[in-house]
Amino acid sequence: MACFAVPVAEAIVTTVITAVVKRKEKKQETKANNSVVEKVETGHIKLSEKLSWLNMMLWGGSILLMFEHVWHGEVVPWFPFLTAAESKEGIVEMLQEMSTVGVGMAVAVTICWCIMVLVADAVVKNTKTSKEASL
Amino acid sequence: MTLLITVFAAIISTIVWYFKLHDKKYMLGRLCLMYWGASLMWMVDAIAEYIELKDAFFTPAAADMINDAFLGVCVVALGLIIWLGMLMVKDPGKVLRTVLVKK
Repeated sequence: MACFAVPVAEAIVTTVITAVVKRKEKKQETKANNSVVEKVETGHIKLSEKLSWLNMMLWGGSILLMFEHVWHGEVVPWFPFLTAAESKEGIVEMLQEMSTVGVGMAVAVTICWCIMVLVADAVVKNTKTSKEASL
Repeated sequence: MTLLITVFAAIISTIVWYFKLHDKKYMLGRLCLMYWGASLMWMVDAIAEYIELKDAFFTPAAADMINDAFLGVCVVALGLIIWLGMLMVKDPGKVLRTVLVKK
């Protein structure tokens, strides 16, 4: 029906957040490069990069899922674009699916991304510690 | 079937990324994330379908299986096309630019 709409909505929000974070990081880097006292912490994964992983999972997954809906004739190139939106019963069913399956999809991807971020941070931290110990 | 084919595509692309092409210039990480994202979404869809159909979920009709398999292959191909498109547009290895400038 339209379960992919929920991950798409999340992807739009996270893409905007990523753009804002990226701009902030660039500003900070320029500031750090200009000042002698301030040091840029190296050897860590930028927040914008971590967010780009989530964006890729959400956008990529949603596009492929949308293709499946086109395949099954649930998404059409004419208004209202979703065949379920043509009747009242269809709209109710579609909203129900979005609130259960769609939200479930967005939550599943976000949870997996959180696990990925935690693992990546732990790996970077361990590498840093072992490097410091060897010195 | 679509879920299975996408999961296998995600596993294979991740193995290739890990052992061979983890350099950022190949952008293979993006393809892996795309397939994993789709796999997770289809997994949630499959769980919802299982709750609805119970045992019938594991005994689909042959025609449905073939259709789903065909869809799975098309999904994998679409993922590869998107990845190639990103590679050509961003051209992180500057291969395209070098070739075009040489000509």
